[in-house]
Amino acid sequence: MGLTFISSIIFATVVAGTPLIIVALGELVTEKSGVLNLGAEGIMSVGAVVAFAVTHHSGSPMLGILAGMTAGMLMSLLFGISALTLMANQVASGLALSIFGVGLSAFIGKPYESIALASVNPVRIPLLSKIPVLGPALFEQQGLVYFSWFLILAVAWFLYRSKAGLILRAVGESPVSAHSIGYGVVKIRYQAVLFGGAMAGIGGAFLSVFYTPMWVEGMVAGRGWIALSLVVFATWRPGRVMIGAYLFGGCMITQMFVQGSGAKISIPAQFLSSLPYVATILVLVLISRNRSTIRLNSPASLGQPFLPDA
Amino acid sequence: MNHRKFVLTTLGGAALLASTFLSAAEPTKVGFVYVSPVGDAGWTFQHDQGRKQMEAALKGAVTTKFIENVPEGADAERIIRQLAQDGNKIIFTTSFGYMNPTLKVASAFPNVTFFHATGYKQGKNVGIYNARFYEGRYLNGIIAGKMTKTNIAGYVAAFPIPEVMQGINAFTRGMKSVNPKAEVRVIWVNSWFDPGKEREAAMTLISQGADMITHHTDSTAVVQAAEEKHKEKGTWSFSYHSDMSKYGPTAQLSGTTHIWGDFYTKTVKEILDGKWKATNVWGGFKDGMIKLAPINAAVPADVKSYVTKLQADIATGKAHPFAGPVVDQDGKERVAKGKNMSDAELGAMDYYVQGVASTLPKK
Repeated sequence: MGLTFISSIIFATVVAGTPLIIVALGELVTEKSGVLNLGAEGIMSVGAVVAFAVTHHSGSPMLGILAGMTAGMLMSLLFGISALTLMANQVASGLALSIFGVGLSAFIGKPYESIALASVNPVRIPLLSKIPVLGPALFEQQGLVYFSWFLILAVAWFLYRSKAGLILRAVGESPVSAHSIGYGVVKIRYQAVLFGGAMAGIGGAFLSVFYTPMWVEGMVAGRGWIALSLVVFATWRPGRVMIGAYLFGGCMITQMFVQGSGAKISIPAQFLSSLPYVATILVLVLISRNRSTIRLNSPASLGQPFLPDA
Repeated sequence: MNHRKFVLTTLGGAALLASTFLSAAEPTKVGFVYVSPVGDAGWTFQHDQGRKQMEAALKGAVTTKFIENVPEGADAERIIRQLAQDGNKIIFTTSFGYMNPTLKVASAFPNVTFFHATGYKQGKNVGIYNARFYEGRYLNGIIAGKMTKTNIAGYVAAFPIPEVMQGINAFTRGMKSVNPKAEVRVIWVNSWFDPGKEREAAMTLISQGADMITHHTDSTAVVQAAEEKHKEKGTWSFSYHSDMSKYGPTAQLSGTTHIWGDFYTKTVKEILDGKWKATNVWGGFKDGMIKLAPINAAVPADVKSYVTKLQADIATGKAHPFAGPVVDQDGKERVAKGKNMSDAELGAMDYYVQGVASTLPKK
């Protein structure tokens, strides 16, 4: 075993972490604009079922991803209308969206429950995939895995190196000031919400088309909520989202490898299963020791509605 | 759900009114409570197949109704009570967690007969039923023992309750009986239903050398994972609950399938004829309550005929998956030579037998 063993742990960790990264980055951008959208679980569910249906009918996983993305944007538009235009409570709107999305996906998905998709072949990157151990673990992955890496860089660049990102952060820090110097707060927040929805839709598509190529009710199984907590875990920093997602995925996968190795280790499986969550809390505690890190990075107006005329 | 409940209540009310006028010709109403959506495979799906079979067999004499996705707990009691109030004369509650709610409602409706699946509390008007899934597991294990090249089987399991332990141990004993070098590795995913986790667990086992995998969880993810790895790694799978050959057309070797239809038909008929007495049914091959999923053409004919013969022997009681000596992982003898494990011992199983490589988490 040895090296292939390590290679397969890394491989599985990356796969498990990918949907979390994509969804969490979308939510991060949304939250940076000052909007708290708790609907990720519901948006992922709808994205998953729509992507599955379109992939099944068209035979094209690419179209499936696009459809999942579009469905995610439509779902988040619903949230936008209620939370941004009508200024309903964001927490309540987001929770409602989650519950609604999970139910809606079950409804849409009824006729697709009996169908299995062919699994999609991974994309091998020439040369890089030849590197021992890391090559097969990192560079023989699904296209969306590479997309998630690209997304980290893109979001980091957008937020901290581009003017649009600066404006978005300004809107999140102080919508009143941003408004007073002429930026359309609600419009920018809409865009951020739509981006978050699109990413959650893609995250869902990854689950139903690539990760487990099937549709069953409830298959998102809480990953939307984990992605939400990752944003806090990462203190709203794109790079840390990746660390968090892989830490989480890694704990889950490692505990399975320990169980499956047949090693004589007698640790309750329940404890091992809770390990990823324990790790998350532990890191949160460590981060929170220094209050300024959280305060510096969390958007000041997070969750507060903005009335343009005020 | 709400809409369905509304319709149900209305229909129920109407039927109740009608039944007071023309009680003789009215078909008996039979209600079912399911813990998850019916879906396309799995625990609830098999119960629903059984319901349909029973309704077709007793056409005209009964009408059936089901409520799906009912959480175990307070909601369950409300739903069961509602079914009873709506005039259902026979009610099947199909999940372990419905046990206490079922008994509670049953005491309030002495004229309604209740059946609770997988529980252990009976009543004057409450029968219980379950199936000996481990009989099928044992035969699956034999096929695995004959077909494996790596001598490692992987088992994705939900929670260490006796029913799951019986399956793991029976599978292991079957496999060991034909292949002394075989070992079974278990991964607990601590969830009845999480396709992503089930798949990861299966992939983990496969990457660690298991070429036979099976599961005691509720989705088809494990069978699909084996199908995917079949070409590359020569992985085979055994389905559980339902026949999942649709999801593993090449790689599924066989499986253990739950068959509730015959039991439902027989029991409902007994009640209609007034012959039923409070029953505790734990049926296996003999009673047709479980069945092997179709055996893959890749399995050699002699293995197939051995399995078929053994199945007949289990049905007649000549063979038993837990015939002594049964030795647990620590070398302690649990059943002496010449004896079969009793139902009480089966129901309290909380250890691995010899041949399971993993260590059971301590309580």
